[in-house]
Amino acid sequence: MQNKTVISDIEREFIDLYKENRSMFEAKASAPVNMVRKSGIRDFEKLGIPTPLQPLFRNGYRKYLEPRKVEFDLASVFQCDIPTLDAHLVLLVNGFFDKKNGNSLKELPSGIIIGSLASASHKFPGLFEKHYGKYASHKDGLVALNSAFAQDGIFLYVPEGSVYKKPIQIVNLVMAKEDIMVQHRNLIIVEKNAEAGVIICDHAMTPNKFLTNSVTEIYTAENASFDYVKVQNEHNNAVQFSHIFVNQEANSSMTSNIMTLHGGVVRNNVNVLLNGEGAENNSYGLYLVDREQHVDNYTYIDHAKPNCFSNQLYKGVLDDSATGAFNGRILVRKDSQKTHAYQANNNILLTDDAKIYTKPQLEIYADDVKCSHGATVGQLDEEALFYMRARGIPEKEARLIMMFAFAHEVIGNVKVEALLKRIDELVEKRLKGELSPCDNCAMKCY
Amino acid sequence: MKSMLSIKDLRASIEDKEILKGITLEVNEGEVHAIMGPNGSGKSTLASLVAGKELADVTGGSITYLGKNLFDLNPEERSKAGIFLGFQYPIEIPGVTMVNFLKAALNEHRKHKGLEPLSAKDFLKLLREKKDLVEIDSKLTNRSVNAGFSGGEKKKNEIFQMAMLEPKLAILDETDSGLDIDALKIVANGVNKLKRKDNATIVITHYQRLLDYIIPDYVHVLFDGRIVKSGGKELALELEKKGYEWIKNQVNGN
Repeated sequence: MQNKTVISDIEREFIDLYKENRSMFEAKASAPVNMVRKSGIRDFEKLGIPTPLQPLFRNGYRKYLEPRKVEFDLASVFQCDIPTLDAHLVLLVNGFFDKKNGNSLKELPSGIIIGSLASASHKFPGLFEKHYGKYASHKDGLVALNSAFAQDGIFLYVPEGSVYKKPIQIVNLVMAKEDIMVQHRNLIIVEKNAEAGVIICDHAMTPNKFLTNSVTEIYTAENASFDYVKVQNEHNNAVQFSHIFVNQEANSSMTSNIMTLHGGVVRNNVNVLLNGEGAENNSYGLYLVDREQHVDNYTYIDHAKPNCFSNQLYKGVLDDSATGAFNGRILVRKDSQKTHAYQANNNILLTDDAKIYTKPQLEIYADDVKCSHGATVGQLDEEALFYMRARGIPEKEARLIMMFAFAHEVIGNVKVEALLKRIDELVEKRLKGELSPCDNCAMKCY
Repeated sequence: MKSMLSIKDLRASIEDKEILKGITLEVNEGEVHAIMGPNGSGKSTLASLVAGKELADVTGGSITYLGKNLFDLNPEERSKAGIFLGFQYPIEIPGVTMVNFLKAALNEHRKHKGLEPLSAKDFLKLLREKKDLVEIDSKLTNRSVNAGFSGGEKKKNEIFQMAMLEPKLAILDETDSGLDIDALKIVANGVNKLKRKDNATIVITHYQRLLDYIIPDYVHVLFDGRIVKSGGKELALELEKKGYEWIKNQVNGN
């Protein structure tokens, strides 16, 4: 951890804001959350905000510290219309759990608990003591910042042996009349032999500038299975930092699928600790970027135990003068024999101005492993384009078909059939330039 | 007889090297033409120019198709106007299923003719009919275009696409290369079944073998960018017997 010597004005602002509101934060939260909060501000003071990201914070965002009434009647506004998708919908408005539809904590069939992180932290102190802040490391100042300011978010608990086939849809909504910054915090615990999945839709409802800095901790116990799908469809004025920390115990399996359809500046950090033998992780990402947008995907897979499997596939189509980065690191520790770890990052650049920075990294300290990594950057295959045109398919359509096929390799891993179809449609629209980031939520819940 | 394709004194170069040195060829409705020639004689360049691939720069001459200047049409327009190129090396398109590919192509053709897109049911019916015609494995249509197909499957797939699109003028570029005798018969049989009075076929081949099954009305020998000899189907047999050396010697005046 490198300590800062100079604290910038932006960082100072956060530190002062923390001091002003500390007693309010602490009064509302439970002890385990406040413990992490303390280390959060301490680490933030040391680490600060990475220098290249500081300009993104210089917009005078109003720091959104308390839930306020929103003028929408959300219950009637939110009608999910993926016709065949049967999901349980929960809502975060500006980082705070929306209670309009009932209690702040709800019990679903088979004992699953879903609801507000703040409420859960009071009701289940034991779970929070065991898990909260245990996986999100403060090696990144932004994670520390989230820990310091965290007040609410989603809490999901899937008890032992519970299998919930219906996906839980979490809509992250930002809507305000001013430019705001929100920092929500999610905690997901999937106990032994349990199985569940979430679909997360990020969406900006108003055209103001937004900055989101979220942290999600996911714990999968032995034999548990968890499926995470995130669809990012914010507008060009949105800045989003999303940090996911996964801790997987033996024989658990987890799939994440992060699809970025729109967003001004997006950074997805996926950190996975394979902490028990036989754990399996699949991590997929798709980014369709145009205009001045910028999307980063950082992954870190830590093979801490032997006999684990990890597979990463990140694909991007970059148009106009968009830029992207993929930074994937796989660490295979000394005793992690029989590791299988794969990583691929494939990109299509549609213009001379679009740029992708890709950096696949493999760090292997064990000697009996199967690992591979690779990155490609290219254009659409001209031979294939001609082949399609020679069959009567217009060039524009042929390009679209090829881009769609390229993207589908990622989308195809979405397990919920209705959702897969819906995302296919969205991506097709997106590639045709017909998907507006503002008209409605990516999942067409409006 | 109605003229279908009229090539006049066509000249084309690739990077200052003249590949076609003045080709003249008339193809009428209902005719089957075979173009034979050794490697590097310009056969594939000629085929790709008709299909619209800018492989070579045209430096002179003209191609007229059904009275239209072919150079005014882009590849997709040529396809919709009824020109079909059977590729020597069919392209693999991972992720694009045969079904979606054919549906997209067929509906473009229908749109061009002022027809509605086919219903899913009618499309599948047509697909089945045509699959039987070329005896291709049913599963192939659910796979990505040519991806992982064997050499024979790829060539059969070309004829299958031809059957789906029902072109007026089909140019089959070395469709026989890499085929065993059974596959060759199936491919030839497919081509023969698709033959009508109002369409035409140009078969480009290196060997006479295919012409045992697809009987040409005319055989042209292409050598060094020129058609050096034309005749009936017996020319193919003579060529087979005497070899391309015979042509080379004739051209060089030995």
